[in-house]
Amino acid sequence: MSGLIKSSIARKVVMALSGLFLVFFLGQHLFINLTAIIDPDTFNTLSHFMGYNPLVQFILQPVLIAGVVIHFIMGFVLELQNKKARGVKYAKYGGSTNASWASRNMLISGAVILAFLGLHLYDFWFPEMAYKYIESNPEDATRYFPELAHKFHSPVRTGVYCLAFVLLMLHLWHGFSSAFQSMGVNNKYSTGLRKFTQIYAIVIPLGFIVIALCLHFSHL
Amino acid sequence: MNLTLKIWRQKDANAKGKMVDYKVTDISEHMSFLEMMDVLNEQLVNTGEEPVAFDHDCREGICGMCSMYINGKPHGPDKGVTTCQLHMRMFKDGDTIVIEPFRAVAFPVIKDLVVDRSSFERIQQSGGFISVNTSGNTQDANAIPIAKEAADKAMDAATCIGCGACVAACKNASAMLFTSAKVSQYALLPQGQVEAVERVQNMVRQMDLEGFGNCTNTGACEVECPKGISLENIARMNREYLSASVKG
Ligand code: HEM
Ligand code: SF4
Ligand code: FES
Repeated sequence: MSGLIKSSIARKVVMALSGLFLVFFLGQHLFINLTAIIDPDTFNTLSHFMGYNPLVQFILQPVLIAGVVIHFIMGFVLELQNKKARGVKYAKYGGSTNASWASRNMLISGAVILAFLGLHLYDFWFPEMAYKYIESNPEDATRYFPELAHKFHSPVRTGVYCLAFVLLMLHLWHGFSSAFQSMGVNNKYSTGLRKFTQIYAIVIPLGFIVIALCLHFSHL
Repeated sequence: MNLTLKIWRQKDANAKGKMVDYKVTDISEHMSFLEMMDVLNEQLVNTGEEPVAFDHDCREGICGMCSMYINGKPHGPDKGVTTCQLHMRMFKDGDTIVIEPFRAVAFPVIKDLVVDRSSFERIQQSGGFISVNTSGNTQDANAIPIAKEAADKAMDAATCIGCGACVAACKNASAMLFTSAKVSQYALLPQGQVEAVERVQNMVRQMDLEGFGNCTNTGACEVECPKGISLENIARMNREYLSASVKG
């Protein structure tokens, strides 16, 4: 097993598995958030469930945190090794002629997502942890939607969120299908699978953008 | 046609190189790129300068020796050809052409445009072979039934000429396309099964040891490979590697 983690292929598989887990998480996250613009009561109910269910809080949440941490640390390690592997730089490099921008700049899109995650946790997760575990406030299943809507009053925050989602699109545009190749899946279904991953890469972040804009403009 | 060439000149492995400008005139569009380089070198020899060192051997696209990085692409602007098969008609009169060696830590420059690709040899030697009984009772390969599709794919993989364009093109200087072609050509055939587990483990280990980068599936290698080696081979090698890790 230690040999497995030491090799370049194993590192890629770790990237792929953690990435796919995050992709799955995103879908679930979007589903819950969509209820915020359809029916705030449902949003409150689901958020309350997620916030107080021990399985979610003490199993899934730590797994998610570990997934993110493993993914971005491994991402930085890989890219650092890759920069070193070139050595002397080309005077005239034609990287854009044979590979997509998204595939060549996973570190940039990833770093923006990481910065966004910092803001996102500061906005929602830290206050939530403080509310529940530090201030030990009582359970209140109606507070989630007002808290959410309040955050999106700010045009700057709304803009920053939307920008991050665009970079998330680019990250997934390459990353989602790349993960399958990394795990050795490339067969007659791969063209179709790639189409699906690219639609997912557009639709999911677009969903988050729509939610952010709806919340912002309904409170002007 | 008349051209301006910007060429990487480096005296030896330890010297600090730099780009130097040259002019060549009356280049025929029918010449190959290497013939154009021959014209330049004749010019340099006549004026008492050191000719530009570059690798070449067969000059017909099969040995994989010629290795220039031309205007931002390995083997230049044409598709599916090596530098020796690149025609000057791909360029226009008055063009400036930037010519560099293939760049990778695992391909150190020996002189000018010549790089040391023996890292590929070491990957091949670490597992790119099958063991056969040569004591006189060798089994006739044709006696072993092989599905047409497998035979075709193995043959496609085996057309890799080890030129290194995949490494030169890749933003990570990764050797996955080369290594996966060499793994695949055996993985697809019954003769390759006996040593399958050690083969992929040893070749990947050697590839990593040589200092090539990690694959990020950008696909640049497949686009620039003069032999059209497919990314499917990389996925196959990943599968082989994972299953070898499970089998021990
Ligand atoms: C926390 C910040 C993040 C950073 C720094 C980051 C960085 C990276 C890097 C450098 C790669 C490698 C590029 C490659 O192998 O092609 C990568 C791949 C990937 N990322 Fe991220 N990423 C981040 C967040 C995310 C998120 C939030 C998701 C999904 C929702 C995600 C999904 C993926 C996928 C699916 C891959 C492809 C894995 C593969 O090619 O095998 N990443 N990421
Ligand atoms: S895979 Fe293609 S580009 Fe790479 S060494 Fe083989 S022939 Fe050259
Ligand atoms: S010189 Fe042999 S392939 Fe170009």
